[in-house]
Amino acid sequence: MATAELAPKSAVSRSRRMRRLRENATGYLFIAPWIIGLVVFTGGPIFGGLALSLFDWDTLSAPEFIGFDNFIRLPTDERFVRSLHQTVYFTFASVPLGLTISFLLALLVNQKLKGVNFFRTAYFLPGVSSVVAIALIWGWLYDGHTGLVNFLLDLIPGVTPPLWLVDTRWSMPAVIIMSVWRTMGFDMIIFLAGLQAIAPEYYESARIDGANRWQLLRHITLPLISFTIFFLVVVSIIGSFKVFEQTLILTNGGPAFSTYTLVFYIYRHAFQQFNMGYASAMAFTLFAITFIVTMFQWRMQRRWVHYD
Amino acid sequence: MTEQVGTYPSDEQVGPSRITHGYVIVRRIIGKTLAYAGLTAVLTITAIPFLWMAFGAFKTEIQLFEYPPNLWPNPWTNNFPLLFRAIPFGHMFFNSWEISILATLGALVSSAMAAYAFARLKFWGRDQLFIIMLATMMVPAQVTMVPVFIIMHRLGWIDTHLPLIVPNWVGWAFGIFLMRQFFLQISSEMEDAAKIDGANAFQIFLRIFVPLSKPVLATLAVFAFLYTWNDLLGPIIYLTTQEKMTLTVGIATFKGFQYNRFDLFMAGALISVVPILIIFVIAQKYFVRGITISGGLKG
Repeated sequence: MATAELAPKSAVSRSRRMRRLRENATGYLFIAPWIIGLVVFTGGPIFGGLALSLFDWDTLSAPEFIGFDNFIRLPTDERFVRSLHQTVYFTFASVPLGLTISFLLALLVNQKLKGVNFFRTAYFLPGVSSVVAIALIWGWLYDGHTGLVNFLLDLIPGVTPPLWLVDTRWSMPAVIIMSVWRTMGFDMIIFLAGLQAIAPEYYESARIDGANRWQLLRHITLPLISFTIFFLVVVSIIGSFKVFEQTLILTNGGPAFSTYTLVFYIYRHAFQQFNMGYASAMAFTLFAITFIVTMFQWRMQRRWVHYD
Repeated sequence: MTEQVGTYPSDEQVGPSRITHGYVIVRRIIGKTLAYAGLTAVLTITAIPFLWMAFGAFKTEIQLFEYPPNLWPNPWTNNFPLLFRAIPFGHMFFNSWEISILATLGALVSSAMAAYAFARLKFWGRDQLFIIMLATMMVPAQVTMVPVFIIMHRLGWIDTHLPLIVPNWVGWAFGIFLMRQFFLQISSEMEDAAKIDGANAFQIFLRIFVPLSKPVLATLAVFAFLYTWNDLLGPIIYLTTQEKMTLTVGIATFKGFQYNRFDLFMAGALISVVPILIIFVIAQKYFVRGITISGGLKG
């Protein structure tokens, strides 16, 4: 800007100001849709929901302010406590089981073998299919008397297979098995990306030092993919706390409320009984729980996650 | 491997080379056989429910509950005419495509624009707004579900496709994040040259950044499309008329209260899954790349 130096000072600052203004305007024009979305569909509703949780509202009559009564009611609501308990059960069974299986799968498909890409793609297919379709199929496979699952279990001597979806003790394990089956290919790919990022030199030098396979896995692979494990644990737990579609289609919460989960219960209250205030209070409780669990994991990661 | 000095040689390295060689080959063959056996076993577990569904779609209900179970239908039954009479299949199929395409398009356009601004433009409060955007990614949809439903109700959008499409046109946090990372890596040379030629920000975005980011856009398109096509919670809340429902939800609700016919479930599941499997197999490389870039997307 050689000419600018010759121009009077006020003109310079004005043109600069104009340019900055235009830059700002352009920037905001580009993010305008997102800003609208933030106000109307995310940020606004968060505060709206928080306010709503302090009201009793059935959508027909006027909302009535009741303070923290919705939250106070939660621990005394037997179904809520039960739903919470079942959500925790689902999470702490499906996450370790699913991640262990998908990690082993990742090791399996990380070998240099002909046609391994075909297998990787095939393992992925359950993850891209809708939960609805998957649950419809599994609902049939789980049939206690004629289903394929029990047919196969019957082949094993000494095993008396459970009745799965009609047995209150086995309905949740059935949901868990189906969920693990659906997501294992997804998690496998993420593990695989982590495995492939490990430089082969690490293995070579350890092998020269005489390390066996188990030692390689324990002292090289696991520490080097600890961030991937951490990421998957965090994301899977958040996802599992929201379990809903599986139980809606596979069991509709039954039998005898044995597969009621938090989001299922929220959905029931919000969109079938129209208790909007109470549903909001539960949604925020869910959010608080996932937030605390995630923060806890974030704190703990220093103990076991290695960064290069 | 024989010239190693100062290490701990294992037994196989000490022995004569000819024996070692044979031993290694045998071990490799055993290893490969085991690997393929494992791969095939997992493939069976993955594929069986799909195969059972595909053939089940052509069985009568009595055949479906035969014991011992048979994969092959005997005789073959065509369940589809009955399915199409039970649900307005044509409408639902069209709705699924319409909603998925419009939602995907909106998610791409609005996210690419915001990502470009966050990555390449300077404006007041940019970094603070970006952090807010990251924070919104952490908030589960269940928290905003009820208030957003009330907003949609006030707008008179219940039982229309708008609640499923419009929210995608106002930015998708995950898409913005992924694309911003990509835009940051693009060198500024072309951008500077275009600026000297007098191009404005919008032209630079459209002519330089969008063409360069085709792979990322494709990845995000697959994500968005699959998500919308498979979504249950959104349509189940907002749609009440059967003719307006998507295929996924149409089949789900028709399980709930109208029929309990497993022959129709299998036919319906097959029809709702086949398009998505075809799309996935075609777009597979983008999908896998997207997961690798982002480190994954769940829930």
